[in-house]
Amino acid sequence: MSAPAGIPPRPAAAPGGARAPAAAPRAPPCQNGPVQNQMQFPFGYGLHLENYSASSGHYPQVPHEAVPSQLNNQYVADYHSACYSIPVQSVMTPSVSPSMLNTQQLYSGAPHPVESAGGLTQGAISSASYLHTSVPQSYSALSSHYSSSTSSSVASQGFPLSSGHYAMPIISSAVYPNLSYPSMSVSSPYGQVFTSQSLPAVGQFKETNTFPNQSSTVPRTLQQQVPLGYNSTSWSTSDFRSAQDNFSRNNTGSLAKASNQINTVGVLDSSHPVSQNVQFTKPSVETSVVSSAVTSSIRTPVGDHLTEPASVPSNTQPSESLLQEGMQYGGYINNQASSAPAPLSSSSDDEEEDEEDEEAAIDSSSTTSSASPVINNYDALEGGGYPETNSAASSPVPTPQTSRMPKPFGYGYPTLQPGYQNATPSTSAMQPSNPGHHSGFQQYPQYPGVNQLSSTLGGLSLQHSQQPECLRPVNLTQDRNILPVSPVLAPVPNLNSDLRKLNCSPDSFRCTLTNIPQTQALLNKAKLPLGLLLHPFRDLTQLPVITSSTIVRCRSCRTYINPFVSFIDQRRWKCNLCYRVNDVPEEFMYNPLTRSYGEPHKRPEVQNSTVEFIASSDYMLRPPQPAVYLFVLDVSHNAVEAGYLTIVCQSLLENLDKLPGDSRTRIGFITFDSTVHFYNLQEGLSQPQMLIVSDIDDVFLPTPDSLLVNLHESKELIKDLLSALPNMFINTRETHSALGPALQAAFKLMSPTGGRISVFQSQLPSLGAGLLHSREDPNQRSSTKVVQHLGPATDFYKKLALDCSGQQTAVDLFLLSSQYSDLASLACMSKYSAGCIYYYPSFHHSYNPAQAEKLQKDLKRYLTRKIGFEAVMRIRCTKGLSIHTFHGNFFVRSTDLLSLANVNPDAGFAVQMSIEESLTDTSLVCFQTALLYTSSKGERRIRVHTLCLPVVTSLADVYAGADVQAAVCLLANMAVDRSVSSSLSDARDALVNAVVDSLSAYISTASNLQQSTLIAPNSLRLFPLYVLALLKQKAFRTGTSTRLDDRIYAMCQIKSQPLVHLMKMIHPNLYRIDRLTNEGAIHVNDRVVPQPPLQKLSAEKLTREGAFLMDCGSIFYIWIGKSCDNSFIKDVLGYPNYASVPQKLTQLPELDTLSSERARSFITWLRDSRPLNPVLQVIKDESPAKTDFFQHLVEDRTEAAFSYYEFLLHIQQQICK
Amino acid sequence: MESVVFVFSLIDCCALIFLSVYFIITLSDLECDYINARSCCSKLNKWVVPELIGHTIVTVLMLISLHWFIFLLNFPVATWNIYRFIMVPSGNLGVFDPTEIHNRGQLKSHMKEAMIKLGFHLLCFFMYLYSMILALIND
Repeated sequence: MSAPAGIPPRPAAAPGGARAPAAAPRAPPCQNGPVQNQMQFPFGYGLHLENYSASSGHYPQVPHEAVPSQLNNQYVADYHSACYSIPVQSVMTPSVSPSMLNTQQLYSGAPHPVESAGGLTQGAISSASYLHTSVPQSYSALSSHYSSSTSSSVASQGFPLSSGHYAMPIISSAVYPNLSYPSMSVSSPYGQVFTSQSLPAVGQFKETNTFPNQSSTVPRTLQQQVPLGYNSTSWSTSDFRSAQDNFSRNNTGSLAKASNQINTVGVLDSSHPVSQNVQFTKPSVETSVVSSAVTSSIRTPVGDHLTEPASVPSNTQPSESLLQEGMQYGGYINNQASSAPAPLSSSSDDEEEDEEDEEAAIDSSSTTSSASPVINNYDALEGGGYPETNSAASSPVPTPQTSRMPKPFGYGYPTLQPGYQNATPSTSAMQPSNPGHHSGFQQYPQYPGVNQLSSTLGGLSLQHSQQPECLRPVNLTQDRNILPVSPVLAPVPNLNSDLRKLNCSPDSFRCTLTNIPQTQALLNKAKLPLGLLLHPFRDLTQLPVITSSTIVRCRSCRTYINPFVSFIDQRRWKCNLCYRVNDVPEEFMYNPLTRSYGEPHKRPEVQNSTVEFIASSDYMLRPPQPAVYLFVLDVSHNAVEAGYLTIVCQSLLENLDKLPGDSRTRIGFITFDSTVHFYNLQEGLSQPQMLIVSDIDDVFLPTPDSLLVNLHESKELIKDLLSALPNMFINTRETHSALGPALQAAFKLMSPTGGRISVFQSQLPSLGAGLLHSREDPNQRSSTKVVQHLGPATDFYKKLALDCSGQQTAVDLFLLSSQYSDLASLACMSKYSAGCIYYYPSFHHSYNPAQAEKLQKDLKRYLTRKIGFEAVMRIRCTKGLSIHTFHGNFFVRSTDLLSLANVNPDAGFAVQMSIEESLTDTSLVCFQTALLYTSSKGERRIRVHTLCLPVVTSLADVYAGADVQAAVCLLANMAVDRSVSSSLSDARDALVNAVVDSLSAYISTASNLQQSTLIAPNSLRLFPLYVLALLKQKAFRTGTSTRLDDRIYAMCQIKSQPLVHLMKMIHPNLYRIDRLTNEGAIHVNDRVVPQPPLQKLSAEKLTREGAFLMDCGSIFYIWIGKSCDNSFIKDVLGYPNYASVPQKLTQLPELDTLSSERARSFITWLRDSRPLNPVLQVIKDESPAKTDFFQHLVEDRTEAAFSYYEFLLHIQQQICK
Repeated sequence: MESVVFVFSLIDCCALIFLSVYFIITLSDLECDYINARSCCSKLNKWVVPELIGHTIVTVLMLISLHWFIFLLNFPVATWNIYRFIMVPSGNLGVFDPTEIHNRGQLKSHMKEAMIKLGFHLLCFFMYLYSMILALIND
């Protein structure tokens, strides 16, 4: 606390000292918003208090002594900050209430105009318990959203209104008290104008019990559904625990502070080892910072006043429509047309409704059956299934026959047909007849791939009288050109055209066998893996979003209603997964699209296999969490040398406004070398404040409530920090890295809310918990025998990940390393917490510009992409099928429930399935994934995908429906597991055996074929090629020098990439681009995109005269032959001749020539087709980087691996054995 | 003396039987979704070492007291217990790993193992009981 003394006696120096203790103790919640900017003015004390009183207006009716005394306490600590003992005492105060009283008396001598506080709190009325109850919960003022909601509902259990905010299904983004903070706390010191503006807001709190503007619009019925004890006690207790925890830590750790200049890293005074207070803006800068802070804090309240009303109507609107419609009708809101008013029931509908109601009185048993009253855990939330799973016994019509043929029940009612019946009504009749209203939604089910392939597969039938294209035998050894000229499309399930149109897009949901074998015996005979490849959170351009008070689900298996259910009659539907007959709820009878009644089969849920529901409070365990981002940055010498900080900070600065989130979004930073540094960004500071914790064995949070700050309130400070950070550690000599303690601190910081931790690490962690040792033997890199150390070395990261996952926190790892850093161990922190992993081998900002650019682009995507918090995903499948293995980054919490702390649009998943009971009494099977998540706007949403596939009985049909890409991706996932649990050579053998077994099984079924040749069905003709590519992939190759980290990263990618990206990684696309023509070109947005044919991945296709583009998913290589046409080099690359093309070229210039335009439009088109922005690398024939290019030519022979032809011969040999 | 050995074995065997039952109950709880994988595995891992020790003691006791048949009967099971404990990969949280228990049918194999052990211990129980009575009569 030597800060005041150490800092030059300028007016701004006072805040420097004053800030220090504000950071040190655990501040009470009411201190949340205070603008400590005021301290910058020499006369700032009075203002400061006034400011507090303004913010305390949130928690009105507080005994007036209590507020100021706590504030005083805080404040006096500031005031006497030169004294070391004071902060320690003030640490104690908030945690133990009796001691708080003592300290009140201790410090009450300081001059504080308490009256000013009284003046403002007058107008405010609320529960007095707020401040009192919040004392034990003062773990974090930042998370006061939660603590306040907890306490308020506890205090007022009898009043449904007070807990109304839990029940708000849609409008939760406006629920947070934080919303009003800026206007209150910031504005008041700047004059009466703002204070008066904030007063009416206080008045609103009075009505709605701290949740402004919104509670009045909450439908009553929803409120009543709210379980009163909703705040699961674990919340408050864990908070309490953490508070105590930190308190004791603070005590033992002898918290003390010392303020230093920027470059002082490390502990100066041994008697105060714990935290230092380092300022890192030069005094000259400080004045400008102050002024900008002042202007900004004036600006922000205005901005918030402006934005608040603007955002409120848009948020309330759905709920208003809900109100208008009442409980009876669900609203349907297209996400694009969310501003369009939800349809109201017309008078003609009312008549109809009356009729229906009479019928309903006879027929219906319960309409709101799907709402479960009290939820204890996520399992129940997302539907763990009711105990009575054997629904047939309890359902009114337990008929297996009804699946065959829906019985006509007298209404003359068009039922939705099961797919195997051909007499379905035409789709145009089933399409909603209101084209103007939701046209986007109607077009949705028509996927391009479906249309293109449907013609070729149209004649395919189950009887297969003529041999279908898929089964055409292909002689692999003779047919040299098996690769199609255009990218391989997913096979289309053999369903009738109506179901085919309704079916889920293969981009989100793919099965390795589009014809499901009827029995496990048949599956075993086919020797093909059965599994699903999922990409559930993909960026979708069109997605029907459904707002309905009741989400219709099967009562027994909790399946969401989907296009493949059958309506037995108008009032009942039969689940397609468990065959239970359910009632159609009353409100489901109304179709908001057509505004008609009695047509449940035309509801959007039943017309789309991919829908998103906006979930009610039944689907929440706690109020939707805000978006919370924590960045944990390595600042050891190694990291600074690599220079990644500049790129990260720059990207963050650029994308700060684009971070997904709402007004509650919070952000924090931790840096670490051999110590852990925290940054106090509490709004009101003139500059960010660095707190160093050197006790890495028992790391604690020096000031738990000001480390994660509201992004909007502290934006200036965050920007200051980000611009200062890259230069702060430029002279560091610290080579150690205490990653483990930093992660523990990050976990502590995040555990009250959950969110996302982004870890940037540049070397092997060498200190504290979780330290690792180098395990790689460089001499073994190209070993053909045993590759060791594929598994983690310690369980520290796994445990941490599981802890994080339990607290809804995901850890994303960016490893920027030049030497071995044991990714196998580090990756665990992301694998089990549903994070993602990025790896930049030999990263250096200037020596390796390609990696630097890649990091930049990845970060841009990473920071701005959609994100879902506290998610769970459940995969359900038709009775008889079961999932036995999961692949991807998540934690499997129970048999079919995946716990995903975060879900991002680039995450893919895979599951393996087995057939437990034979599927004899059904001809269709369905799979449904339901992903329940909290959007960055604080909405609870459920995204549901449903896939429907036919069941077949003959082996030939199984082969006809094989999806070779999905099968290869699933095999790759299985092989990763195998190589970790067993050995790499085992995994490789298993891959080869998969091809050998399936092809030999096929040959043995087709008896008329000659045994001597290698025959594959057309659907599997690429199988050997893809498996060979997999064997030459970094993850599985042997004999070629492969660094262990590279190998592990490839394995991580195989596990977590969605199919489209993974396929490009396994088998890149090669195009010749020096002779692009417009032949077969397609038009995209008025641009002509040439479509060059795919080339075989073989050097025989490369000519010295040509230029080739290889699309590896995350990187594009352009290879230029030695004698490449000069006109191409001149027109496209912009260099006069081949010799003048530089070695490291990463961009194509924009030249005004036809060939340049074509090349660029083609590359842009490829780029646009994926979310990741791939890096372009131009490789000259003689450049050393060409090995990167040539290693992807999988059909060629290398010294350690077969060529494609040799591989085929090898397979043939194995088959003949 | 011999009766003391068998009385001790009997008590130990009872404990092992209870432990097996506890394993089965906890695993079936996990199967039925009543508890999550994390808590199930931490519960079970706690008892892996006691089970190992308990069974090894009986085996060694039988070797010392020269009951060859019972020793040979127990030996494979004890070896399996130790082998399983040693072969846990360094990254796993124990014999029961929450991240893997739902994969590759591990849950089922654990269940099967617990069932077999229960049967084995029941068999041992009666054997010890018989031997104990015999020893008591002989004394």
